[in-house]
Amino acid sequence: MTMQREESLTTTGEVISNYTINFGPQHPAAHGVLRMVMELDGEVIERIDPHIGLLHRGTEKLIEHKTYLQALPYFDRLDYCSPLAMEHSYVLAIEKLLNLEVPIRAQYLRVLFAELTRICNHMLNMGAHILDVGAFTPNLWIMDLREDCLNFFERASGARMHSAYFRPGGVHQDVPEKLLVDIGDWLDNRFFQLFEDAMSLVIDNRIFKQRNVDIAVVSRDDAVAWGFSGPMIRAAGIPWDLRKSQPYDVYDRMEFDIPVGTNSDCYDRFMVRVKEVYESAKIIRQCLRDMPQGPIASTDGKVSPPKRAEMKQSMESLIHHFKLYTEGFHVPAGEVYVATESPKGEFGVYLVSDGTNKPYRCKIRPTAFSHLQAMDFMCKGHMLPDATAILGAIDVVFGECDR
Amino acid sequence: MAVHHSAPKYASNEGVIDAISESISVWLIEAHEAHGEVSFRVKRDDIARVLQTLRDDHAYQQLMEIAGVDYPDRAERFEVVYMLQSLTKNHRVMVKCSADENTPVPTVTTLWPNAGWLEREVFDMFGVTFAGNPDLRRILTDYGFEGHPFRKDFPLTGYTELRYSEEEKRVVYEPVELAQEMRDFDFLSPWEGADYELPGDEKSRGAPTVNDVKTTEKPSQTGAGAAANTNAGKRTSAAQKASSNEAPGAPDPTSKEGGK
Repeated sequence: MTMQREESLTTTGEVISNYTINFGPQHPAAHGVLRMVMELDGEVIERIDPHIGLLHRGTEKLIEHKTYLQALPYFDRLDYCSPLAMEHSYVLAIEKLLNLEVPIRAQYLRVLFAELTRICNHMLNMGAHILDVGAFTPNLWIMDLREDCLNFFERASGARMHSAYFRPGGVHQDVPEKLLVDIGDWLDNRFFQLFEDAMSLVIDNRIFKQRNVDIAVVSRDDAVAWGFSGPMIRAAGIPWDLRKSQPYDVYDRMEFDIPVGTNSDCYDRFMVRVKEVYESAKIIRQCLRDMPQGPIASTDGKVSPPKRAEMKQSMESLIHHFKLYTEGFHVPAGEVYVATESPKGEFGVYLVSDGTNKPYRCKIRPTAFSHLQAMDFMCKGHMLPDATAILGAIDVVFGECDR
Repeated sequence: MAVHHSAPKYASNEGVIDAISESISVWLIEAHEAHGEVSFRVKRDDIARVLQTLRDDHAYQQLMEIAGVDYPDRAERFEVVYMLQSLTKNHRVMVKCSADENTPVPTVTTLWPNAGWLEREVFDMFGVTFAGNPDLRRILTDYGFEGHPFRKDFPLTGYTELRYSEEEKRVVYEPVELAQEMRDFDFLSPWEGADYELPGDEKSRGAPTVNDVKTTEKPSQTGAGAAANTNAGKRTSAAQKASSNEAPGAPDPTSKEGGK
């Protein structure tokens, strides 16, 4: 505990000492295992030192010991709130090194599920953010919608969260037609009613605004300098969205808008996410409308596995299957940095290949690193309870931050 | 090369190398473009000046990432890679420099505030030091951790493991003890690029030279014939030995009836 005897802001005249508290690592508002050493003057935050790494599992090192395909499920376990968005960067990085063409239907499926993941992620984050600033009900309502999303993932891939659905060259398997119909029905008849009900409780709520408006205002220049991305940079009024500026898969065929904030406070960050949900729904509808029939994985037998039926007939397919699931495919030597717009911001993968079947190095750029690092600068001068609102508006998940 | 992949498409790389190389030519070692990525290898001591030039004169406003890579075979084994992004030009470049354990890299926290944690991570994972970083503590590993886990010579299992000790009522650290041997499968085809020797390969080195090449050109050289036919039905000494150890009543392995 540090003791300083000086004049205080909160207790005029009376001399009290500064003190240091531990926020976390087992704090419900810390969104996981975050420990923040806070230096307080009364209830005003003077300095924050976030200690991360409590969930460090050495994912990048583990990936070096696995083949490219075996490493894929590790990405689900990074940001476990938006697993498919993590896979997206990784498969695109491999495809960039291989210069591999992905069939159009697979690209549509990926965009569809990436956007569903975005909705799923925002449901959790907004619910948690609302809960952190004191409202209970909306979280319960929108968690129900998240459950619907997870059911869709389960119907597509067999797993609710750790889908491992995106594969180098496409997706793992085609979706049943009924699933696409059900997603459309869900958007038309269920999603928006519930979502709008839940949002109507908070977005004009006096207490919610008191807790969020003008909290942690970050200027445009600061947002750029601190390496912000995703809703954090858009709330600062910069219309920067990798789906738009650096389109991947079929995002260049989609029509959607980039919501931006005007005030760059926690409330704007929240509202950017609310609006993004509508934009994601727009993209999903376009995917459902335009998705063509066709193969769902690359037809290059050296990268994507053959169909089960082919294996019964063709010796070559059988050999390909055996080789792909033992040795795996070889990726040409080289290095790429591929970043996609995950629901939380820019999620990048720096992949170094030495020409073998395993990545030589796979550096993962978590979105939370830049944002969490700015906690000290954003919290300075705010009250202790504001820290939870700021943390909620960052949208941090430690599986991804600590890797 | 025609682009077939669907990875993120940003502004064209055309002319970027020339334009940037010219303004950082003093510090530049090598400029490179491959797989659609532009990278510059520069002198380590001037990395901060290079990045400042890129930020101020070429509008690469954001530092997205600093990655460390370990190449144990090189003279300076570590590579530090800076990923820059330009919001206005919609372009990305990589800037690299090499380092080893004893050669500090100048910090770029003076240019970007978020470089602090990124440098801390490279220091934590690889042991590359950054001169001028005011807060170069470990970041991801445990309090009191020793070693730099992402170096290629650091074992995947690590050296210590921890458990809660009921006797001492606290978490204790112990050397790693694996219940089964660490399994690290290597499926790389030996005829497709594996650069190591499989067990038995050493026999191929220094093989004896053969003067009389063994051939089978005549039937007599095949070993077949009357002598072979008569001996075919006889039991070899090994088979006799094996059958004598058998349990009473076990079927005779070579009898034609398949039973006693």
